[in-house]
Amino acid sequence: MGITARRRRLAAVALAAVAVLVGASACGDDKTANANGNITLTVDTFGQFGYTELYRQYMDSHPNIRIIERGTGSNLDEYSPKLTQWLATGKGAGDIVSIEEGLLVEYKANPNNFVNLLDYGAGDLKNNFMSWKWNQGLTADGKKLIGLGTDVGGMAMCYRRDLFAKAGLPTDRAEVSALWKTWDDYIAIGERFKAANTGASFLDGAPNMFNTILLQAAGNGSGYHYYDLDNKLVVDSNPAVKQAWDTAMKIIAAGITGKFPQWSTEWVTAFQKGSFATIACPAWMTGVISGNAGKDASGQWDIASVPGNGGNWGGSFLAVPTQSKHPREAYELAKFLTSPQGQIGAFKDKGPLPSSPQALDDTAIKDATNAYFNNAPVGQIFGAGAKSLKPVYMGPRNQAVRTEVENAVRTVELGQRTPDQGWQEAVANAKKAAAK
Amino acid sequence: MSLTLEREAAPAHRPPPPPIRARWSRWDIRVSPYLYIAPFFVIFAAFGAYPLGYTLWVSLHDWDLLADEHPFVGLANYRALVADADFWNSVVNTLGIFVIATVPQLLLALWLANLLNRRMRGRTLFRMGVLIPNITSTAAVAIIFGQLFARDFGLVNWLLGLVGVDGFDWRVSRIGSWIAIATMVDWRWTGYNALIYLAAMQAIPRDLYESAAIDGASQARQFWGITVPLLRPTIVFTVIISTIGGLQLFTEPLLFHSGTNPIRGGPLRESQTMTMYMFENAFQPNFNFGYGAAVAWMLFLFIIVASIVNVSFIRRVGRQR
Repeated sequence: MGITARRRRLAAVALAAVAVLVGASACGDDKTANANGNITLTVDTFGQFGYTELYRQYMDSHPNIRIIERGTGSNLDEYSPKLTQWLATGKGAGDIVSIEEGLLVEYKANPNNFVNLLDYGAGDLKNNFMSWKWNQGLTADGKKLIGLGTDVGGMAMCYRRDLFAKAGLPTDRAEVSALWKTWDDYIAIGERFKAANTGASFLDGAPNMFNTILLQAAGNGSGYHYYDLDNKLVVDSNPAVKQAWDTAMKIIAAGITGKFPQWSTEWVTAFQKGSFATIACPAWMTGVISGNAGKDASGQWDIASVPGNGGNWGGSFLAVPTQSKHPREAYELAKFLTSPQGQIGAFKDKGPLPSSPQALDDTAIKDATNAYFNNAPVGQIFGAGAKSLKPVYMGPRNQAVRTEVENAVRTVELGQRTPDQGWQEAVANAKKAAAK
Repeated sequence: MSLTLEREAAPAHRPPPPPIRARWSRWDIRVSPYLYIAPFFVIFAAFGAYPLGYTLWVSLHDWDLLADEHPFVGLANYRALVADADFWNSVVNTLGIFVIATVPQLLLALWLANLLNRRMRGRTLFRMGVLIPNITSTAAVAIIFGQLFARDFGLVNWLLGLVGVDGFDWRVSRIGSWIAIATMVDWRWTGYNALIYLAAMQAIPRDLYESAAIDGASQARQFWGITVPLLRPTIVFTVIISTIGGLQLFTEPLLFHSGTNPIRGGPLRESQTMTMYMFENAFQPNFNFGYGAAVAWMLFLFIIVASIVNVSFIRRVGRQR
């Protein structure tokens, strides 16, 4: 055989190999639906959505659907850049993605990245949600529905019974709730706790508590915090922001925070060692606490009402990216997960509080207790105020601005800045971040 | 020789090659070398040159990562960047961490290589041992060191506590976080550089040392008079590699600051490096891809400048000796 022939044969082989590769990659694009018509749906989450059991139910009733959840337990700071990259490159996102309330506005600004759920008949689901939660999922012109609401973050205060007992404070949740009608009461109790020298600090850290106070003040007042309803940055002129700032400064001045950087590994260790006695506790935080503090602390934690009056922190949405290969099936699954029954299931698993009034009225929620939290009646504690929750409007660069202001709280907490310097930096950096 | 003869002789027994075959082989000789080196250049073009050019293109736009439209803004991103105090802070941090990591690292590597170059028991074991930190994942190293340098429950603070220093917060002290991060870098890369030095040392002819010993040169004098000058090209290589790595430092400082918004590198950006600042702007929480791309290009220019400075500095030092 001559060289030419051999070369020709090689070329043929190479061509065949290329063809196979091309064919394979073409198949690769469609691997989510195989010959039997089976479909794999990927759900991208962060933290704990509590969907494991719901997936099983759904797969039982829809034998052609397989569900994979990614990102369970991850931090929002890890998840959100990934989601942004998937959307920007048009590849990689799951068929359903979860979006946190504070970031929703930013994603909503470019609605083409997401399927308009109204096109799939989501309009019929409106009454499944509290009206403000439903409206948050709509674009500004009300023509597109980006996300279906999952949970809301009804507010409470979680505390450690053993540390309270050690400090000579009451441990019964009704008595504890009665201790702090206002934030000033809370600080006074903190000082009493500190004087008892238990070796633990009264709260974990100032920034989260600041956010709690701010959302409460904004919800009870104007209904907005960093941005007003016209999307104008009002961080330095909104009295709610300054009021929350001043209260946080009082907490810091009292020397009752543990200065643990929230969501860090040290914070998790502090949970395990029982290094602080109270923590601001939106409903979804109960899952975080039991996850971080572990089995050993079961029964040590309990839930009291939050000082001041109510408030809402967090809550998420499920959206279907335009890049999904199976938008109809993804929508059906999202509809199931956010249905009243789905929300009840998630609540039972990991504690996120339903955003559906029907679910909140259901006895499964009303009578729910949480064994980890000394059998606290979580359904009543969180559910009672949930339907009267007043939402706080989040402006276009909410997350970046919030990061700057909370960071300024932290610099004061660490003694790097005086409260006055901290406030000036908070305002200046917030303006800079908003302009970026 | 005989092989060549046979080869040359062989065609004579066959019919003359058809013209197409001659053309093939001429084509073969001319083109093949390019084909052999092509994979590198194709891959470099796809994964090196193209992203570089594309980043430059992005940096000239107001590029919101999620937006459909990206208006051209010329050099506006660069103008903003030059006036951005947070950017210059990240430059200072990067250079600071680079210096306090690299200088001790390379000296230590040189010393380690010198030790490993001696006759001793279990030499191979030790030589392989110094590379172990390098093959552990950066994430694992960062997490372990993050715990060692923790404020309340960290081993380092426990040791400091024994000598009466209490509760030092490494993460919110500029110099403290620099030292902690430099320690992680050194832990990973000292052994790697030591092995490179060792390989170069073994290429130095033994008789140089022998004659030096006969002339009465001490071990130290031999080291500085023979080993170091002959290692100069290797040292230049490691310095350049460390410079590029050091200026791109990302994983260690990021994982060192766990918790809310770790990309900031501490509440006052105590140890935010340039790559972290790039990420903060391009992705969470700012999503300003154009500005992030401008940071990336500045970083690229800095690395080129730093490498040139490094090389000329090392050359000059070498010449003086």
